[in-house]
Amino acid sequence: MNYRKLGIFMGKKTIKLVFLLIVVCIASFWIVEQSPIDPVRAYIGEMSIQPEQKAKLEEYWGVNTPAHEKFLNWAENILKGDLGTSLIYRMPVTDVVKERFAASLLLMASSWLLSGVLGFILGIVAGMTNGTLIDKAIKVYCYILLAAPTFWLALIFLLIFAVNLGWFPVGLSVPIGVASEDVTFFDRIHHLILPTITLSLLGVASIAMFTREKLIEVMSSDYVLFAKARGEKGFDLVKRHGIRNVALPAITLQFLGFSELFGGAVLVEQVFSYPGIGQAAVAAGLRSDVPLLLAIVIVSAVFVYSGNLIADIIYEFVDPRIKQQEMKT
Amino acid sequence: MTNTSQINVEKRGKTEALLKVKDISLSFTQYASGLRQTDLKVISNLSMEAYSGEILAVVGSSGSGKSLLAHAILGILPSNAKLSGAMEYDGHDLTQKKKEELRGKDIVLIPQSTTYLDPLMRISSQIIGSVDAKNADSRMKLQREIFRKYDLKPEVERMFPHELSGGMLRRVLVSTAVMRSSKIVIADEPTPGLDENNLNETLSYFKDMANRGYAVILITHDIEAALKISDKIAIFYAGTILEIANTDDFTGEGEKLRHPYTRALWNALPQNKFRAIKGHQPMQDEVLEGCFFYERCSTRNEVCSKCVPDLKICNGGMVRCNNVS
Amino acid sequence: MSTTVVTVNRGLFNGFNLRQKTILLISCLSMLLISIVVSSTFIDDSALSTDFGSKNLAPSLEHPFGTDWMGRDMFIRTLGGLGLSIVIGALASSISTVLSVILGLLSSIGKIEDSIVSWLVDLFLSIPHLLLIILISIGLGGGATGVIIAVALTHWTSLTRVVRAEIKQIKTQEYIHISRNFGRSRWWIAKNHILPHLVPQFVLGTIVMFPHAILHEASVTFLGFGLSPHQPAIGIILSESMKYLSAGYWWLAFFPGLSLLIVILAFDLIGENIGKILDPKRAHE
Repeated sequence: MNYRKLGIFMGKKTIKLVFLLIVVCIASFWIVEQSPIDPVRAYIGEMSIQPEQKAKLEEYWGVNTPAHEKFLNWAENILKGDLGTSLIYRMPVTDVVKERFAASLLLMASSWLLSGVLGFILGIVAGMTNGTLIDKAIKVYCYILLAAPTFWLALIFLLIFAVNLGWFPVGLSVPIGVASEDVTFFDRIHHLILPTITLSLLGVASIAMFTREKLIEVMSSDYVLFAKARGEKGFDLVKRHGIRNVALPAITLQFLGFSELFGGAVLVEQVFSYPGIGQAAVAAGLRSDVPLLLAIVIVSAVFVYSGNLIADIIYEFVDPRIKQQEMKT
Repeated sequence: MTNTSQINVEKRGKTEALLKVKDISLSFTQYASGLRQTDLKVISNLSMEAYSGEILAVVGSSGSGKSLLAHAILGILPSNAKLSGAMEYDGHDLTQKKKEELRGKDIVLIPQSTTYLDPLMRISSQIIGSVDAKNADSRMKLQREIFRKYDLKPEVERMFPHELSGGMLRRVLVSTAVMRSSKIVIADEPTPGLDENNLNETLSYFKDMANRGYAVILITHDIEAALKISDKIAIFYAGTILEIANTDDFTGEGEKLRHPYTRALWNALPQNKFRAIKGHQPMQDEVLEGCFFYERCSTRNEVCSKCVPDLKICNGGMVRCNNVS
Repeated sequence: MSTTVVTVNRGLFNGFNLRQKTILLISCLSMLLISIVVSSTFIDDSALSTDFGSKNLAPSLEHPFGTDWMGRDMFIRTLGGLGLSIVIGALASSISTVLSVILGLLSSIGKIEDSIVSWLVDLFLSIPHLLLIILISIGLGGGATGVIIAVALTHWTSLTRVVRAEIKQIKTQEYIHISRNFGRSRWWIAKNHILPHLVPQFVLGTIVMFPHAILHEASVTFLGFGLSPHQPAIGIILSESMKYLSAGYWWLAFFPGLSLLIVILAFDLIGENIGKILDPKRAHE
């Protein structure tokens, strides 16, 4: 791999990310600023309050400061690494995000892997048996999964496996009432399985459909035609030429799916009461925790961007065809 | 090149054709705009024969379905293709099953461009093909031997297809054909846009193969190149073969040629009269009742517009024309 | 001999060709969706009145989808929810289509406009879609209007990309150059030469957008943003059902979600089959 080129590439991408984050910050701040949310009301909830206390809080939250000044204050704090204080968790936003995002990352990573592997295998099988009953069954399965609301699937899974069969806990990432140091590795896994499977289902469908189409396209390409003419056939032909040419685009697509993965995690975490960043985002939105919501928006933008970046790197540096084109020019 | 690749190619008697293509037709079912189903006929009632130790050139204009003829012989047509007629190889029926057995062994293809090589696979893996560990070594040795013969540097085997220059690519493609001790080589448009030197070099490979006993089918749009090395020329027009002529029939003003189209092609060459014929080939979706060349023929008569002329043997060649007896 | 039989006239509808089958399928599915919308408007309030005498009933002939804790018939609630979902989906995807038409045409005017549009697309795709909808609907003060506008404002990206690519292709055509040479303005060309070619794309794009819009609306509603608990939206129904899962009232979640799935599937199939008619290459599979 050409390290100098990679360095320049990464430099450009970093500048792009910084620019993007600035715009995302300004835009999302402006959007919530339009909202008729009263931060003081959000902070104190339904409690009644003395007028002088209210004035104090208003000053603290900057209710009466002009929007641009508020933004500059907020932006300055962000640059210092201070994302503010969460209204609902009553602790620094940075801590909330760190803890929640770690939990979500575990969930998203495991279902990302599961959906990638499962989807790829299903797609290869469907593509190889193109037109047969097996292919049709896989296609119907994928269509249904793509049309199914994620949160409904989560509900049904919860109903069957947790409520009726009792195989899995109904919610949370750890058992209730157990001190965090007593939570075993097994407990974590046990609480992770059902959300992971649910979240991976949607990804399975899209990657399987993509792999199927791509494999059919590759198998009708000139080079597979010529490989057939040279006497290659059967699964060996698919393995040597099909999978080789489908794998890279499929992996790239899987990285481009970070945005959907995050969205799915929001819904799945909500249903399984899994204390991840998605659940925090919903809570922050419903209870007008502006600092937390903005922080989650920024984190999610970085998350999506890193997925796209990895896809770009695969495209630019791993695929041997691209390397060559650059050398020629 | 010593032993392995040229063994078992014994010179056959020229009396019996190694490959006989008898009256094949090929059509595709397609959906046009609005999902109306149409049948596209690409090859109709085509017959030809290939002999060991001979080069048969199939000459026709680009995009007229010549490649599909090669794919039909190898049994690698797409699934919406309908093929009828019969083929015979070495005296036996060439069924789809038989084709699958023979391709890559007895019958090999030399494709036309770099798109026929797997873009993500190194050259040597593609030339050697899928082999078990036992045979890998001997195949690797054979491949290196062939590379030396075709003047390909050893590092080429580690390259990816896009890294090859045009000249290397052509020699690599030819190498794939001589890896197996085959009997029939079908070369699909092997000389696109080559300069004089490269053209002669490439053609010499085929001449060499024929001399070693292969039956070579050279599919090309370049009649001049075909005339340089071929023994017989088959004229492909509108999905069928109008004439099969011996190469030495192409002399003078084409008096020995049997079909008016062949004569016109011959006379269109720069060194001859340089006179192009008017009109164009019928489109593939046109339904033709009579002779395919009717529209452009200078000697046509009423019968020609009514039914397709039969293929007749005439002066050591074959022709599909009513005005020849 | 290799004679591959083309399997056109096999399967469920023997005797029809692919074109007829496709049109038949599209009409049946459209009828289904239209009848859902029409019948949902005829639901009168008495059908949804509370009746504690018949609460939490499992599905039966009288109540095919069962009843909820207030004795309301779940079938009628679901029907109403689907109707609402389709109407919201229609509204949101038409607004999104109009947006992509405008942005697509804008990008055809010049280089600067084009990079602005593609930058906007990238910006909208940089945040997870669901989170973006939540953010915008909060900015708009929530409620049904907030959700509809948020859904409408975020679904134009993919169609805009399609339109941009299509326009790039049309612009290479000869007659566009001739028209420029006649001194027509860029906007005039966009309106008179490019727009008409894009109509099929818009129709297809709108239909393909529908299921996404509906699913997002239902998701956001399910999470508690947007529609009020009194409206019979599918998201609300499912979110309520969560409280009764442990009690074993499975029908509260199962049937409404399944119905939504069927509606989404119907839209997907319509989109796919119209796509086949417009672009026959896709029919060969």
